[in-house]
Amino acid sequence: MTEPPSVTELLRADRLTRHFKIGGALSQGTLHAVDDVSFSIGEREIVALAGESGSGKSTVARLLARVYRPSSGTVTYFDETGNGRTLSSLRSRRAGLRYSGQVPMVFQDPFSSLNPVFRVSHGVLRALKLHRPDLSAGERRAEAARVFDVVGLGAAMLDRYPHELSGGQRQRVGFAQALATKPRLILADEPVSMLDTSIRIGLLNLMAKLRDEEGVSILYITHDIASARYVADRLIVMYAGQVAESGPIEDVLAAPRHPYTQLLLSAVPDPKAPPPSTEAVAAASGERGEPPKVIDPKPGCRFMPRCPVSVELCGQVTPELKPLGAGEVACHVAQTGAEVKAFT
Amino acid sequence: MLDVSSLTVEYATGKNPVRAVDDVSFHVDAGQFVGIVGESGCGKSTLLFAVAQLLSAPAAITAGSVEFRGQDLVALSGRRLNAIRWQNLSVVMQSAMNALNPVMSVGAQFADALRAHGMSSRKAVAARSAEVLRLVGIDPVHLKSYPHQLSGGMRQRAMIAMALLFTPDLVIMDEPTSALDVVAQRSLMTQIKELQREIGFAVIFVTHDMSLVSHYSDRLLVMYAGQLAEAGPTRRIFDNPLHPYSRGLLEAFPSIKGPKVPLQGIPGAPPDLSIIPNGCRFAPRCPAKMPQCETTPPALLDREGVRVRCLLYAPASGNAAPGEQAKETAQ
Repeated sequence: MTEPPSVTELLRADRLTRHFKIGGALSQGTLHAVDDVSFSIGEREIVALAGESGSGKSTVARLLARVYRPSSGTVTYFDETGNGRTLSSLRSRRAGLRYSGQVPMVFQDPFSSLNPVFRVSHGVLRALKLHRPDLSAGERRAEAARVFDVVGLGAAMLDRYPHELSGGQRQRVGFAQALATKPRLILADEPVSMLDTSIRIGLLNLMAKLRDEEGVSILYITHDIASARYVADRLIVMYAGQVAESGPIEDVLAAPRHPYTQLLLSAVPDPKAPPPSTEAVAAASGERGEPPKVIDPKPGCRFMPRCPVSVELCGQVTPELKPLGAGEVACHVAQTGAEVKAFT
Repeated sequence: MLDVSSLTVEYATGKNPVRAVDDVSFHVDAGQFVGIVGESGCGKSTLLFAVAQLLSAPAAITAGSVEFRGQDLVALSGRRLNAIRWQNLSVVMQSAMNALNPVMSVGAQFADALRAHGMSSRKAVAARSAEVLRLVGIDPVHLKSYPHQLSGGMRQRAMIAMALLFTPDLVIMDEPTSALDVVAQRSLMTQIKELQREIGFAVIFVTHDMSLVSHYSDRLLVMYAGQLAEAGPTRRIFDNPLHPYSRGLLEAFPSIKGPKVPLQGIPGAPPDLSIIPNGCRFAPRCPAKMPQCETTPPALLDREGVRVRCLLYAPASGNAAPGEQAKETAQ
């Protein structure tokens, strides 16, 4: 992965792959949830990981959070001194705890990810006790107040119960919990998709603030490209378990090269735009494909069945992610240098 | 076709009943697409349930009427309602994942509804089921499929097919696209619009995502804290939102085109409906708040076809003169 030299690498995924065995004794198959995914995340950087449901983006987050072990490929994490260690080499409990404290996760559903019978301070204090055992009870309380302040809740909220909080406030608690362990990278799996559009922006602003003021990197998993553009520095687009395109977000959005990126962008509703023409609507309704369930795939581009510009090669060889312009694209047609205009 | 006037729904909880829908009036003409937007807890789903007469205790309609093709649904008995439901008026629920029965095939669920409304011939049931499934772009082989075998988008389309079994006059949809990603969402919206053009039913579409209805709805109702904040033709509200709340909702969207601008969204949260503030319900979050907003509840005013509940548009004398008040039949 080509990186601008100013960015220090924090985490790198190399040909990360995760397969799941599915089916019974007679219908064994292998679901390729994530296949050969490579990317890196730098310090003080928000990287958006976008794709349809089922594209494998949550599986990537779980691989990074060590919920799953990769079937093959590695994740390398670079600590403060720049020492890189692969996640599979983190054997001891201490090394594992240290990693999960520095790379915590924020979950999608703020309604089910907080325990309803405890005050919201519970999760933060528990995390502090576990990950920063050097703190006294008073210091833990003070630190909890500090992180609540950072996420815009105020220390008075610490003693509330989850049901007293709105969805947006609960998700802020999620970020406060992550922040308590002095993270370097937060894995945020669709953190705003369950919230009302009117309060999403507040959370996105919070994520930008964490990057700018606390120096935290964030992997922002989303299917909402517009919100990704609002906060993220780089964009990785996934399709059917593979990376379709990645690069600096403004470059990708200004000139998407992969047909799937173009489809994704064309589908974003824009209230300020004039209503689409009847031809555009007709063209869009012709587009009824669905992302494939990748079970025992054959070689070839996985987007081909939905792709209007595919060539013969696409059905035979799986395209590799290769540098193109400011980013990287996995598309045979784009890699020939031809201008791809699949969806507008 | 549908005329809702002064509809009020209360949840009887403890001492103070919570008024989730407060004096809401609107109407839907045949073939129209009406969008209802607002944040969670603004009463939009309760309003839908009240229109479809699906409320269950402790919620109850305490005032107002829902006139559908000349009949007041509020006063109808359960039996008479059953005849109208699904035949003339059908509902697509929010989460198809939960609304379809997981242990019955799609076809069996279709047949169940068809038989309940008097279609007894097995052949006719099969033919009609296949027909509606084809309408929404699903291969009729999926009548034998179980819900878990369909993708999220297909399940949602199957729900819509089910609502169309009897070619109803009105289909009520409660956030049908909220579980879908953008590509599936757009394909479903264009499909609803196409079907509407072909078959001619009217749609009431509830969502919290204002950008979604911008291109599809004819008229828009913006709800806040149980009341209508603004209502009128969709394009006019998008081009020139009058209520500060509508403006806030519209400005809460980052765009993928044009310059990147910092956004604020709408800070704060909607009020607790069991403690209704004295003045305007939006005042605590309003960027255009005036001193009188704290004390004077604004009336719904008619501004050349757009109804808006905001003191910014009240005549200078203070309270609106009776003649200025929007009538139920406005627009």
